Amino acid sequence: MQVHLKIRRFNPEKDEQAWWGHYTVEAEPTDRLLDALNHVKWYLDGTLTYRRSCAHGVCGSDAMLVNGANALACKVLLKSLGASITIEPLRGLPVIKDLLVDLEGFFAKYRQVKPYFITHSATPHKERLQTPEEREIYDDTTKCILCAACTTSCPSFWGDPDYVGPAAIVNAARFIFDSRDEGAEERLEVLGSADGVWRCRTIFNCVEACPRGIDVTRAIGQVKKALLYRKT
Amino acid sequence: MYRKYDAVIVGGGGAGLMAALNLSPHGDVAVISKLYPVRSHTGAAQGGIGAALGNLEEDHWEWHMFDTVKGSDYLADQDAVEILCREAIETVYDLEHWGLPFSRTPDGKIAQRRFGGHAREYGKAPVQRSCYAADRTGHMILQTLYQQCIKNDVHFYNEFHLLDLLVENGRVAGVVAFCLATGEIHTFHATAVLFATGGCGRMFRVTSNAHALTGDGMAVALRRGIPLEDMEFFQFHPTGIYKLGILLSEAARGEGGVLRNGQNERFMERYAPSLKDLASRDVVSRAIYREVQAGRGIGGKNYVHLDLTHLGREVLDKKLPDITDFVRTYMGLEPATELIPIQPTAHYAMGGIPTDVEARVVIDEKNTPLPGFYAAGECACVSVHGGNRLGTNSLVDILVFGRRGGRHAARFIQENESVPLPPNPQERARAMVASLMGSSGHERAALIRDELQDEMMAKAGVFREASGLKSVRDKVRELRDRYQQVNIEDHGLKYNTELLEVIELGGLIELAETLVEGALARQESRGGHAREDFPKRDDANWMKHTLAYQSPKGIELRYKPVTITKFQPTERKY
Repeated sequence: MQVHLKIRRFNPEKDEQAWWGHYTVEAEPTDRLLDALNHVKWYLDGTLTYRRSCAHGVCGSDAMLVNGANALACKVLLKSLGASITIEPLRGLPVIKDLLVDLEGFFAKYRQVKPYFITHSATPHKERLQTPEEREIYDDTTKCILCAACTTSCPSFWGDPDYVGPAAIVNAARFIFDSRDEGAEERLEVLGSADGVWRCRTIFNCVEACPRGIDVTRAIGQVKKALLYRKT
Repeated sequence: MYRKYDAVIVGGGGAGLMAALNLSPHGDVAVISKLYPVRSHTGAAQGGIGAALGNLEEDHWEWHMFDTVKGSDYLADQDAVEILCREAIETVYDLEHWGLPFSRTPDGKIAQRRFGGHAREYGKAPVQRSCYAADRTGHMILQTLYQQCIKNDVHFYNEFHLLDLLVENGRVAGVVAFCLATGEIHTFHATAVLFATGGCGRMFRVTSNAHALTGDGMAVALRRGIPLEDMEFFQFHPTGIYKLGILLSEAARGEGGVLRNGQNERFMERYAPSLKDLASRDVVSRAIYREVQAGRGIGGKNYVHLDLTHLGREVLDKKLPDITDFVRTYMGLEPATELIPIQPTAHYAMGGIPTDVEARVVIDEKNTPLPGFYAAGECACVSVHGGNRLGTNSLVDILVFGRRGGRHAARFIQENESVPLPPNPQERARAMVASLMGSSGHERAALIRDELQDEMMAKAGVFREASGLKSVRDKVRELRDRYQQVNIEDHGLKYNTELLEVIELGGLIELAETLVEGALARQESRGGHAREDFPKRDDANWMKHTLAYQSPKGIELRYKPVTITKFQPTERKY
């Protein structure tokens, strides 16, 4: 099938403004959007710039705006997009070049919520025990690949770039609800601020955008509950 | 730009991050990574990390060691394998202590499952040794290590691409790298350097490897006179999604999945009577090729089926959720009720930069170390995997030797001063970039890469023979010449990913040369190196490791002995 790609281009060294590039590619319906982008870069226009690595939806490099919705270019197949596809960089983060955005702020927010295991009690010789039921409680939030699709689909984030954002909250929740972790209080302190979970208006764009199928809004809700009902 | 560190680690995957955690408390340390670390390919590993915890049934590191040595077709250095299997146990507990969310047994312990080549009692029957987190074990390991690096304030240079290694007076002096964001070339002056740059699967058409896996560290070392060991040993994982090469974990077979040919026969029963579908990967991949050659592929075509229909939705959802998702997303098939088309996919480089058991790079047949230079993970060759790697052992390898390298380097930087940089340290790197950017040639890099990948897949893949290897050797030489004429469209400095891909391609071509030369010379079949014209293993002449050196006359091959301790080589049968 023939596919027409309309791609938002911007070269910081040449362009004053972004512009639309138009490319026609011969492809199979079962090809990934990334395959089409690669075709453009490899055979038509070598200057097209985007991040990519694993090509099967696990590394999180190629999140972008596809026909108006966030997706991983390597996880969406052309047959679900139709013959005319509009591709733009993620919203809400500074565009550096073409489809490549500045992720430094996104990762800084992630680091803010102490997204690492915290314990104060003695470390056992073997594994700390955890039942399958305890493990299930936070399973969803362990799936996050930090692709930024959720945070950059969130109108609350677009309106307030200081909002810590869904991805950071998910990664904090992963530890807060892990029965072995002992750092919940420290993270709730960070998340209990105006730019923490309270910025969330349960819009649900994050749930739609997440390529890993994480119920992001639910995780944010769990943290809100933890804040409301903690004993201090 | 010039920066000085006690140690520099190149690569932000499992091995690099593990080395960083062990090095950074002891000095001024930086990690240089071509990707944001969480994008590293460690995150794609699925099935599990092998360690003889014995949580569900009796197990011992000695059994794990035997399985690994046998799996390697007896080419692995057994002193290194012993360390791998012993230290695997504490490594897995360390991961759990850092919070890794393993799947759990009903009594709350780390869950373990069966995996290819892992057996009890020295090869009797499959054993549950693979410690897993659903089928996202690699993702969990990468995330956990990165989280610990954040906790410990490890310093990262993200999206910096390695260009050169600096060696002065027989000591490593640092590296030269290219900042993707600005196009600036940076010199990192250091007392110790550790490469953890991963594999090179992108030299093949059908691969499970990410686009970033272009063997950069191996190529840079090769160009600086360091040999690459056992490059002809490349693993083709049996179950890649047909045509796409996307990996479907061996865990699927560990949970009971079986392979079926066009006659719906569970053909592995014929090729490996004891372990059947859980035989080592090279055995299974060759069996698939043989079935296809015999006309027993599905509909007579070049693939077979993976049958997961009898596992039940509970197992698929809880233990194999990611591969279930891949099959649904990329093939539109439902694993619970439909058979899945699969074919072997280029997966793992058993060979690489030679090291000793402290992860120190060694540069000749006598294992002479190059002081201050370390390598760990897939880019290194200790050798723990010999001719073929068992599933779950790579995750052990990257962590055990990442840690050992980090620890040894930590002592090294305390006991040694750095050496001065060579004069004009950026000379070679600048010349390479200038030559590529200034080329007036008309070749398209992608077309050269396509030809390389197709030829390597067809003639240096699962089965090889002399005339095919000679033909691909000629092709690689031709591509090397044509590469000098590559034209780059993007002349920008900032985020010039086209330049990056061209630099990577140069490395891939050079690595392909070492693989093909080693494969041509090795006139036997062993592990992942299968010669149709020399189908038997020949211990008398070939029980040795290949060392490939780059020289003005081409690739020069030397050999070094294999360390055999506990297990005398015998015929490998599953």
